[in-house]
Amino acid sequence: MSFLFKWEWLPKMASGLVVTVEVTATCIAIGIVLGVLLALGRVYGRRPISLPCSLFIQFFRGTPLLVQLFIIYYGLPNWGIRLPAFVSGILALGLNTAAYQAEYFRGAIQSVKKGQMLAARSLGMSLTQSIRFVILPQALRLVIPAWSNELILMLKSSSIIYLVTIYDIMGVSQKIAARHFNYFDVYVVAALFYLALVLIVSLLLRLLEHRVQIPGLGVHADRR
Amino acid sequence: MLLKAALLNVELLLSLLAVGFVVGTIVAVLQVYGGRVLGVLAFVFEWVFRSIPPLVLLFLVYFGPERFGLSISRFLSATIALGLCSSGYQSQIFRGAIQSISSGQMMAARALGMSRTRAIASVILPQALRLSIPGWSNEFSGVMKDTTLAYVVGYNELLRSARAIMDRHYDAAMLSFLTVAIIFLVLTYTGNRALGWLEERTRIPGLQVAGWSEEGHS
Amino acid sequence: MNMPLLKVEDIHKRYGNEEVLRGVSFEVNRGETKVFIGPSGTGKSTLLRCVNQLTPPDKGQVFLEGTEVTHHKSDINRLRASIGFVFQDFNLFAHLTAMQNVSIGPTKVTRMHKEQAQARALAELERVGLGDKANAYPAQLSGGQQQRVSIARALAMDPKLILFDEPTSALDPELIGEVLEVMIELAREGMTMLCVTHEMGFARSVANEIIFMEHGVIVEQGPPQQMFTNPKHQRTGEFLRKISELYGETER
Repeated sequence: MSFLFKWEWLPKMASGLVVTVEVTATCIAIGIVLGVLLALGRVYGRRPISLPCSLFIQFFRGTPLLVQLFIIYYGLPNWGIRLPAFVSGILALGLNTAAYQAEYFRGAIQSVKKGQMLAARSLGMSLTQSIRFVILPQALRLVIPAWSNELILMLKSSSIIYLVTIYDIMGVSQKIAARHFNYFDVYVVAALFYLALVLIVSLLLRLLEHRVQIPGLGVHADRR
Repeated sequence: MLLKAALLNVELLLSLLAVGFVVGTIVAVLQVYGGRVLGVLAFVFEWVFRSIPPLVLLFLVYFGPERFGLSISRFLSATIALGLCSSGYQSQIFRGAIQSISSGQMMAARALGMSRTRAIASVILPQALRLSIPGWSNEFSGVMKDTTLAYVVGYNELLRSARAIMDRHYDAAMLSFLTVAIIFLVLTYTGNRALGWLEERTRIPGLQVAGWSEEGHS
Repeated sequence: MNMPLLKVEDIHKRYGNEEVLRGVSFEVNRGETKVFIGPSGTGKSTLLRCVNQLTPPDKGQVFLEGTEVTHHKSDINRLRASIGFVFQDFNLFAHLTAMQNVSIGPTKVTRMHKEQAQARALAELERVGLGDKANAYPAQLSGGQQQRVSIARALAMDPKLILFDEPTSALDPELIGEVLEVMIELAREGMTMLCVTHEMGFARSVANEIIFMEHGVIVEQGPPQQMFTNPKHQRTGEFLRKISELYGETER
């Protein structure tokens, strides 16, 4: 019983890899921007702002990603909103990771010492300036370990978008497997693709962590 | 109909939490006490199952036996695949807890004449498992949500039932998926409350860990 | 039968480049109390751990009633069960009550029946004056109380001897007395004890012999009276004077 993976399938798998990376990068970018805003809203916003932020975060953290995807892709048309498959996929993943990232950012913002804000305000900085020039630069560094994990989780989670017919690694594998009726071997290769991807990304993240490290600004030990 | 399907999710949840718990504990113990060879193997195991997307694992386990002329039920394949996935996370939680226990505990146990295995079972694990509850309740929520992934191998869980409703009444798509979302919010909330209660019940003065990180399952 | 209870022969131990123990030998007879003193870092604690193999020595042998503890085929867990060990930082099991801490040894190691072990544990707790704290968890006890529980934990195993590794060093001064009292009582009852401690009042009142160690070897050993008044080595005298000033000589 030999391994039934044909080399000519590799370029297709590679194109799937590109899609996976693109989708992940886009969603993470959406997640950072939206996540920081949500976190700031929760920490510094008054109730009319902080409450919706909390509800958003709770909904997207408390329900399965697949359900979120189906609500956006199959549900929204009921309300007259019809989005292309690709947009639906990106939106579901982006909003999902935004909610998780918001919680990491919030934790980091709250772990910046109280005195930092006091010192900034006593220099005459406005609240926004203090956040921008003093709190966030520290918080963003503190959040890197947790955030790295989110990035890797996103690489894996992005595989669900094959369900709305997008050809990422998973989608391409599914297509090849169905056509040649050879599921197992194709998915073994898919698994290897993901392993390689995760390995490379982890190494890059470790480099990043070293690059932005500041003496004395401890990144809290995080086991994730 | 949806509520009935939700029971299938809970059933799957319990069985794969159990798989993840048993395998995760063993892996964590090997990582800390297993010596070089077993330790490295345990780390590789954890890394692999934390790096492969659960969907890929599901397909591998579901189609794997078929490749060799066997067959496997949807439930069993989901339990194995998602259970192994969870074991990768749980081993990390347990390892952190084990490592946070001071080395003096092991030494005192050995000084009493306990064997290593006995010391791990009677002294280290009872403490580590208690310390793991906060981290574990995050994992619980993650696994709870992961049960919907069994959708892709055709397990008749909540999401598939909602999908079936949609196929018959297209107008009800939003309603049925939102209902599913709410059921999950309730399940997760209830589960976390139960675990909070368990944590309270098993709390021992002076035995706690500060600063557990959030678990980020999607 | 004139065999010493414990015989330690030519123990060597090296950590990396540093040779912590450089050939230490001594004997202990049944019912004796020996006190090890010496500057910190001279391997006294390591020596105690070599005795029950928590730290295996690189070279040398340890015999308990003629059985070689250091032999690779000896049942080390069974031997350890008969050698009590009291740690500097107590190391009480954090998830167990005082009572459970004392009874876990008898139940799990010597397979004593549970009720019997509990009765035994309670008796040992009463012996160290903590019968009323049986249901307290370690974190709810003071340092002195924790150390007394850990002594009870050692006693519950019916040890042939007990090793004390600086049992009062981690304690606040006002808590030291209660632990020493228990130890003095034990010594008077005829327990065989090896103590690493700088409590000279304790040494004077119950030790049969003081052993002065420096740089991984025994410099001098002898009865307290002789060591205090007429040491053979200048270093011994200097050291004893220094710690007597630091810790006080009077019995607490």
